[in-house]
Amino acid sequence: MHLTSPEALKRLKSQLVRQRKENKSVITVCAGTGCVACGCAAVSAAFREALKENHLEEKVEIKTTGCHGFCERGPLVVMRPEGIFYQRVKPADAKQIVEKTIKQGKVIEKLLYRDPQTKQLLTYEKDIPFYNKQERLIFGMNGHMDPTSIQDYITLGGYQALGRVLVSVHPDEVIEEVKKSGLRGRGGGGFSTGRKWASCRQAEGEPKYIICNADEGDPGAFMDRSLLEGNPHAVVEGMIIGAYAIGSHDGYVYVRNEYPLAVKNLNIALAAAREYGLLGADILGSGFSFDITVSRGGGAFVCGESTALMASLEGKIGEPRAKYIHTVECGLWEKPSTLNNVETWANVPTIIEKGADWYRKIGTENSKGTKVFALTGKVNNTGLVEVPMGIPLREIIFDIGGGILDGRAFKAVQTGGPSGGCLPESALNLPVDFDTLTEAGSMMGSGGLIVMDDRTCMVDVAKYFIHFLLEESCGKCVPCREGLRQLHEMLEEISRGEGGVGTLDGIERLCSVMEQGSLCALGRSAPNPVMSTLRYFRDEYLAHLEAHRCPAGVCKALINYSVIEENCTGCVVCKRACPAEAITGEKNQVHKINSEICTRCGICLAVCKFDAILVE
Amino acid sequence: MQLTIDKRSVVARKGEYLLEVAQRNGIEIPALCHHPAVEPWGGCRLCMVEITHPDWKGWTGLVTACLYPVQDGLIVSTDTKKVHQVRAGVLDLLLARCPGSSLIQNLARQYGIEETSFTPRKAPDLCILCGLCIRICEKIGASAISSIGRGVEKLVSVPYETVATAACVGCLSCANICPTGAIAFSESEHCRTIWSRNFELVRCEECKAVIGTPEQLEHFARRSGLDRSYFTKCDSCRNREAAARFVRVTF
Repeated sequence: MHLTSPEALKRLKSQLVRQRKENKSVITVCAGTGCVACGCAAVSAAFREALKENHLEEKVEIKTTGCHGFCERGPLVVMRPEGIFYQRVKPADAKQIVEKTIKQGKVIEKLLYRDPQTKQLLTYEKDIPFYNKQERLIFGMNGHMDPTSIQDYITLGGYQALGRVLVSVHPDEVIEEVKKSGLRGRGGGGFSTGRKWASCRQAEGEPKYIICNADEGDPGAFMDRSLLEGNPHAVVEGMIIGAYAIGSHDGYVYVRNEYPLAVKNLNIALAAAREYGLLGADILGSGFSFDITVSRGGGAFVCGESTALMASLEGKIGEPRAKYIHTVECGLWEKPSTLNNVETWANVPTIIEKGADWYRKIGTENSKGTKVFALTGKVNNTGLVEVPMGIPLREIIFDIGGGILDGRAFKAVQTGGPSGGCLPESALNLPVDFDTLTEAGSMMGSGGLIVMDDRTCMVDVAKYFIHFLLEESCGKCVPCREGLRQLHEMLEEISRGEGGVGTLDGIERLCSVMEQGSLCALGRSAPNPVMSTLRYFRDEYLAHLEAHRCPAGVCKALINYSVIEENCTGCVVCKRACPAEAITGEKNQVHKINSEICTRCGICLAVCKFDAILVE
Repeated sequence: MQLTIDKRSVVARKGEYLLEVAQRNGIEIPALCHHPAVEPWGGCRLCMVEITHPDWKGWTGLVTACLYPVQDGLIVSTDTKKVHQVRAGVLDLLLARCPGSSLIQNLARQYGIEETSFTPRKAPDLCILCGLCIRICEKIGASAISSIGRGVEKLVSVPYETVATAACVGCLSCANICPTGAIAFSESEHCRTIWSRNFELVRCEECKAVIGTPEQLEHFARRSGLDRSYFTKCDSCRNREAAARFVRVTF
């Protein structure tokens, strides 16, 4: 099918919507990466089998969709149109769901979600706190469509924004609308998207390039991945609209090679868009031409930095360069280039469709719209959440996230990826937006949120992130390369209880050199994990340095494992589990840990059911 | 256009960078990864200067002079407290990386650093990873060496860290441009060894001084379009001959 005008696209949509109305109930099975890992493919297959057995293939549709976000509870199955929400569904459950829910309209209680706070069983997706506190502007479509079906996207209104823009909106007006919407770059920079587009449009030089940055590399972050996997057409449509506004005919998606499903679904989407006349020459008969090439990254974190990404696209070593001349003027192949992140592009169709005035109503004064976060760590409901800008961190972690795992105490939340910072309890009421997080010593980054409980050592956390950056620094400039080496060394010393209080002054001096002297944002923000933990958890550093103690019981050189005699029942479980054979003691007798042999691996603590292991 | 560097008014052309303008005017800015033969790179971060502009409402910024394009009215300070701090920090870090480099020791001393305050690298060499060798090798059209790995593991070497491939012409450009003398080579009567590869030596027909390797002269002849026979004498002998010809013509 090749659509040759926006009217043809509208007609196709009406036709598809009519067809769908006549249609039947739908079993949507989440097939995002999390659910795939939980075995959703077998669940879909079991549904297919069960429908066949009941001769319902014609009446009931199975839809494998992109990520719904509630990864903790996967595989997820939502029965539409009712919206009945089943979680942790196993292939064996498919038969029962078909027989009871589909045929008799009965709800299967054991597959429902129980709210851990109220202990209530919840039947419908819309009632689950994880979902009903979210505002799913960008992710909302994920649960309703098969990402490999362009018809699904069109049915839900997809490509209509593009159709309207191509025939009736001047490129300058598109840019004005995006400017007015207040959209800021979701990849971490937070720069005004509209202003970036305007500069690129005005820049001298042809051709101009459009780039989508899908080199998401922050530990624990998978927002962009899930968008590309679950709704690739939204990103593609955003890019085409951007290309039209800027005057570009060549686009690139630079995507991590470690995201095979994203690459696959994106390629399917691009092929379908070309087939439908939505991409390529003479889009929708408008005379405007634009196409997109997919380029897969080589696994370097730094290639998420715009200039390093462009170097990599050009086939060079992925190292950043100075941006004194902006990439909107001199970017890819030294031509004007607009680079936006996946989530930023995915916002564009919505802004054009619903208008900047509508979009501006969501969010705070200077941060408009929603932000998708990857909520991970010691929190009950891990997954992807999309919330309006300005929502307090507390609501994300405790209402949507369902609080801290195992009822432990909250200690810190790390935002903004490895170069972000750790915020303490006192910061939980801060509204989440670009500027507030930066003021608090962290940053929005691309949207990672790692929750930590009271068993987390902040020196250890800082060391972890510095080690990550140490391995990912490109090594081009001295402050980042050598600074990270030294910073890591200093943190190692602290975690061994070595070094004096002067070490902290040394760290702060070094961090300042790195912040001021590094070439790119990776090096300039690399001190953040250290500076933010020093700002909010200085006592913990001092405990390591002065008292040679790790209060959280993590830093191996400073802790000892021992048995609490009153609690030990002599069950031998820890003795058997200890890989170092450091535990002695006969059955029914109090055990003993030999500190000389003990490697502080923590396995005994994890396996003991009687709280009989003491770490101090 | 006009700008001010350390309170001195200087003239610059559009497209120039701050460092070259400063150098032309005799204003010293230290730099380790900069060389006029190759494109500026911005890796060593030593040429940091502080800039501001009458239109910037008091805002100042630290930038690398080697890469910052000149701008009319720009006010550049090459020796402020901030500049000093970053340069001293960079040199302190480099001294920990290459404690044996006399160049780094001397520069560090100028910034009041006798000994590094950091942990010196275990088994240090003299390479500061300024990238000059790689860039000059690329510039002469050989691209025989490159950086390998990234971050703290990064090093400069030939492919697979073994012996130079046929891409290397043994010209010594890399070794000669290296500011710290980190690239080892040796020369005996007939043989030059660099990057673990042996090259024959060609000597000047007149004075027998070394003029290069056959591969190098071949490469230069090809790149310059000059006849191979041009590369049979050393520069001084060729100059002497030209001078003699000039004397005959004139007098």
